[in-house]
Amino acid sequence: MTEMALILVSTVLVNNFVLVKFLGLCPFMGVSRKLETAMGMALATTFVLTLSAVCSYLINQYLLAPLGIEYLRTIAFILVIAAVVQFTEMAVRKISPLLHQVLGIFLPLITTNCAVLGVALLNVQEQNGFLQSAVYGFGAALGFSLVLILFAALRERLAVADVPRPFQGASIALITAGLMALAFMGFAGLTPAG
Amino acid sequence: MVCPSHIPLVQHFRYAKSELWTQQRERQKAELARERYEFRNIRLEREKEEQAKRREAKKAALKKAQSQEGKKPPSKRHWPAPSRRKPSKAPSATTDMPQLATAAAPHIPPLNSVPQMMRQVLYALLPGIAMLVYSFGWGVVINILLACGVALVCEAAILLLRRRPLGVFLGDYSALVTATLLAIALPPLAPWWLTVLGVAFAIVFGKHLYGGLGFNPFNPAMIGYAMLLVSFPREMTQWLPALENAPGLFESARAIFAGALPTGLSVDAMSGATPLDALRDQEQAMSIAPHWAGVNLAFLAGGLWLLYRRVIGWQIPAGVLGGLAAMAALFWLLDPAAHAGVGFHLLAGGTMLAAFFIATDPVSAATTPRGRLLFGLGIGVLIYVIRAWGGYPDGIAFAVLLMNIAAPLIDHYTRPRIYGHSR
Repeated sequence: MTEMALILVSTVLVNNFVLVKFLGLCPFMGVSRKLETAMGMALATTFVLTLSAVCSYLINQYLLAPLGIEYLRTIAFILVIAAVVQFTEMAVRKISPLLHQVLGIFLPLITTNCAVLGVALLNVQEQNGFLQSAVYGFGAALGFSLVLILFAALRERLAVADVPRPFQGASIALITAGLMALAFMGFAGLTPAG
Repeated sequence: MVCPSHIPLVQHFRYAKSELWTQQRERQKAELARERYEFRNIRLEREKEEQAKRREAKKAALKKAQSQEGKKPPSKRHWPAPSRRKPSKAPSATTDMPQLATAAAPHIPPLNSVPQMMRQVLYALLPGIAMLVYSFGWGVVINILLACGVALVCEAAILLLRRRPLGVFLGDYSALVTATLLAIALPPLAPWWLTVLGVAFAIVFGKHLYGGLGFNPFNPAMIGYAMLLVSFPREMTQWLPALENAPGLFESARAIFAGALPTGLSVDAMSGATPLDALRDQEQAMSIAPHWAGVNLAFLAGGLWLLYRRVIGWQIPAGVLGGLAAMAALFWLLDPAAHAGVGFHLLAGGTMLAAFFIATDPVSAATTPRGRLLFGLGIGVLIYVIRAWGGYPDGIAFAVLLMNIAAPLIDHYTRPRIYGHSR
């Protein structure tokens, strides 16, 4: 139990995937212009990340390892992630057409969200078990969602700020993300492993 | 610092501003349609008028032909052209009326301009600064003066680049408050380049890249402090052992600008002596604590004065101190041996400075009353978390920055009902 809590704290705060590991920056920049879309994206990514972390663990453990074809890991994981994303997109289209319309191009783009592949590969690298992998994926998604939603609210405020012309748009967003990363460095040392 | 009245002015302003942005787009779209509609109306009216004229002419011609006596219809024009001209006569009517004298009421001038508020904050910092000088020597004063100079230069440079009026923005004291807060947070004998770098980063990156005072999402002073702490951890944690041999003005200046340590002080004595660094070593912590308690009580006095003058609201300080005290009490009750008590946490490091002066920055904090309480609570809890389990000696800068990140979201969910709008 303590271990799971530590994994959660580590992935959400200390080793936040966006602000500390700098994974998944494209959706972080792309979908954070409005709070509503950010929340939808956060939900979809959470679902996909957790599911793909579990699936990729199963594939690795029961297909790649027994057959001795670990060198196909990256490609296999990309395939798994693409399948999960496709499944999510179909589900979202049926369940909530509005959310599907709002997310638009970004839903299929979760496939190329490097945080998703990063979680799958890091799980293997850190030799996490089944439950650990699931918690790791969920924690990573939670950290991503947290930061994305906070950033979206922040950017809505930046939209009305009198930013100097050369810094408008993406540049001030990136500077803000950098300053957020600076703030998140304060969490360093909360977990023993760092 | 807070708007002295309880009307959520900033909230209203932000709400109105965002409304305006969306409305503007709508209006531009509507403009074309409206214009088209108006032209159509004008055209229709004109056609009607022409038709009526034609009918009139025809009728007249008919009557002329019928009676041939020149008997014209009594009223040729029906439409309200004369009545339209009436409003233009109205002003002349009002000038005839006796004018009412409008004298200014004997209002009490409110304490609400930016320079006034910022000056109050600077005054309120004085007792704390005095205690710091008493405990740690004149280094603090040198740091503050240096920081203020750098801040003004940076501010002026950016204003020149942006072609903004110099006088208005340099005279609002906000850069001086930022610089002073940062200088107080730095070690008293910090090398001069540390101060210069931190203040420049705070003013340029923390404030002016976002458009200057009023737009910065982060507390500029804490941005500068966090940057320094992350980049130069060794220089940033060199506090002197307090009081016994507080260096004088000349010695402090030599240490700051030339890097020459005052006589009788070794590098050993300089490393790591903030009470929070020595938290695990209870005995040592307690031996330093009294000086910090004095400094904190002085800042508390200044903060209470600000509260009394209504420069700041009670919500944020109450939230910060309440959150910190609650966390400290909880863990102290669970295991008194391993955790420091409530009193220690409230009077150690920069707790009071953070609660009354840093967290209450009106720009980067949450703006709604409920939101402010939440914002303060978050800072208090985060300070405890980072102090107790984090890797940095004192977590105030990070706690404030983290809650600054969360402030817009807090505002979003604690938005009060705005008059005339549904929630």
